[in-house]
Amino acid sequence: MITLGMDLGTQKIKVIILKDNVVASRGEAFSGFDPTKAAEQAVDDALKQAGIKISDIAYVVATGSNMDMAPYAKSTVSMMGADAKAGCYLFPKARTIIDIGAEEARAVKCDERCSMTDFVVNERCAAGAGAFIESMARALEVKLEDMGPLSLKAERASPINASCVIFGESDVVSLIHRQESKPEIARAVFDAMADRVSSMVHRLGVNPEVVLVGGVARDVGFVASLNRKLGVNVLIPDYPDFSGALGAALTASSRAKEPQK
Amino acid sequence: MKEPSTVENAVEFWRWQEYQRIMPGKSWKSKDLITAGVDVGSVGSKAAIMVNGEAYSWGIIRTGSNSPESATKALDYALKGTGLKISDLKYIVGTGYGRVNVPMANKAITEIACHAKGANYIWGPSVRTVLDVGGQDIKAIRIDETGRVVSFLMNDKCAAGTGRGMEVFADLLKIPIEDIGGISLKVDQEPPPVSCTCVAFAKTEAMGLLRKGWSKEKVLAAYTRAMAVRMANLINRVGLEKELVITGGQSKNIGIVSRIEVVLGVKCLPMPNWRDNGLDPMVAGALGAALFGKALYEKAQKS
Repeated sequence: MITLGMDLGTQKIKVIILKDNVVASRGEAFSGFDPTKAAEQAVDDALKQAGIKISDIAYVVATGSNMDMAPYAKSTVSMMGADAKAGCYLFPKARTIIDIGAEEARAVKCDERCSMTDFVVNERCAAGAGAFIESMARALEVKLEDMGPLSLKAERASPINASCVIFGESDVVSLIHRQESKPEIARAVFDAMADRVSSMVHRLGVNPEVVLVGGVARDVGFVASLNRKLGVNVLIPDYPDFSGALGAALTASSRAKEPQK
Repeated sequence: MKEPSTVENAVEFWRWQEYQRIMPGKSWKSKDLITAGVDVGSVGSKAAIMVNGEAYSWGIIRTGSNSPESATKALDYALKGTGLKISDLKYIVGTGYGRVNVPMANKAITEIACHAKGANYIWGPSVRTVLDVGGQDIKAIRIDETGRVVSFLMNDKCAAGTGRGMEVFADLLKIPIEDIGGISLKVDQEPPPVSCTCVAFAKTEAMGLLRKGWSKEKVLAAYTRAMAVRMANLINRVGLEKELVITGGQSKNIGIVSRIEVVLGVKCLPMPNWRDNGLDPMVAGALGAALFGKALYEKAQKS
């Protein structure tokens, strides 16, 4: 059976096609001004790679903050639900899944059946999400992908205001003028974010196997800071930014099997 | 995967006008007590020159990435064409976000005290509540009839609802920042305020609403309304007492001012006609600083 999951995030759209619950292909596109059109492109991309047509797909489920604009979707799944499904599909023993995207951070608790049982969300504030790292990278005049490796060279962190992206930016500019080293400032950015995220996770309780997904999971600097704060080494899948799409596709598989109402 | 192309703006819509003013009909003599206040804000740097405690000239520029340089530039701008030199200034007070970085200052004083003093100077002794809305700050200040601070509250954890968000909107909607307030009032019915005023999210928030088919006017109205509600909450927490005035860059945003009046049910004291030789509420902090400079100089002379 072939199913498709798509995650319409604020910055990017991710698509996964599953063949009998094994990943067959992936597609992605920037959300831009018209997420519906961008999603169609990402789906096309994934279909081409899998060598199939849209009519071959049994069920399509959408998730993500723009899920109401998803094309082809038969139903939707909450982002927390998708996180739980994907996290424990990838790491069967995992019971805590942290998902950090461009504009939102979530911690989800799930049971042995991969169902979400509890969650904490940071929304409406950029300081706890990927946007924070992006803004600080801009202020530091460092490429986003270089922030992580740079921060690993630091021995300590310079203090910055982590409660707000805008205030943090001003702090970074003042630190640059005080000639603080860039690695130390970068380290401070990740430590500050890891602080916010770990306090979210602690509200749910830390289980030994913690999974980190979402685009920010690809950042080695953030991962190092988070591991230090949580006191455990988080597990990261190969395509952390596709986990929402994966969760949606897995949900599509189980919904396709349900008797039609 | 292709990065969405960003349209290169020939015009930078967020850029507000830098200007300098010498009060007409005013002059200085060498025996006068001439002081200056330099207010280095996060977005704008303002310098004011006072002759015997009366506003004489001022200059407003955008703050660059280097605070000491911005302070120097603003003061030079205020002095331009006055015949005054920095050495003629008896006392200089630095204030604002970058106040410790004003190299020529004899002393640094917080912008809370300076805005209170400046508001008292601009509007007179009846002012009891001052709302200062700058690029990154919102401050609600209670003052007495002499312009002294009684109590204050500020947004120390979050920049939501500050001028920076307005700059983002100006650029995104391609509307000059000076026109934003007026345009936000061109709606038949006030839309509900946006749920999120985080400056970092302002762009996605606005894009979402535009996608829903909202007009630029409606988007601005919803965002401005949400900002006004945040500011009104701050004023209510510090305790509103009449008369109310607004200082800082956002005092020029008619969309903000009129909505605060609606939310609080109180009229602000009328805005001086700053375009036509009146005092500019954006310079309140620098004027207050220059007044402190005069007092500090006189005190030093006595002892």
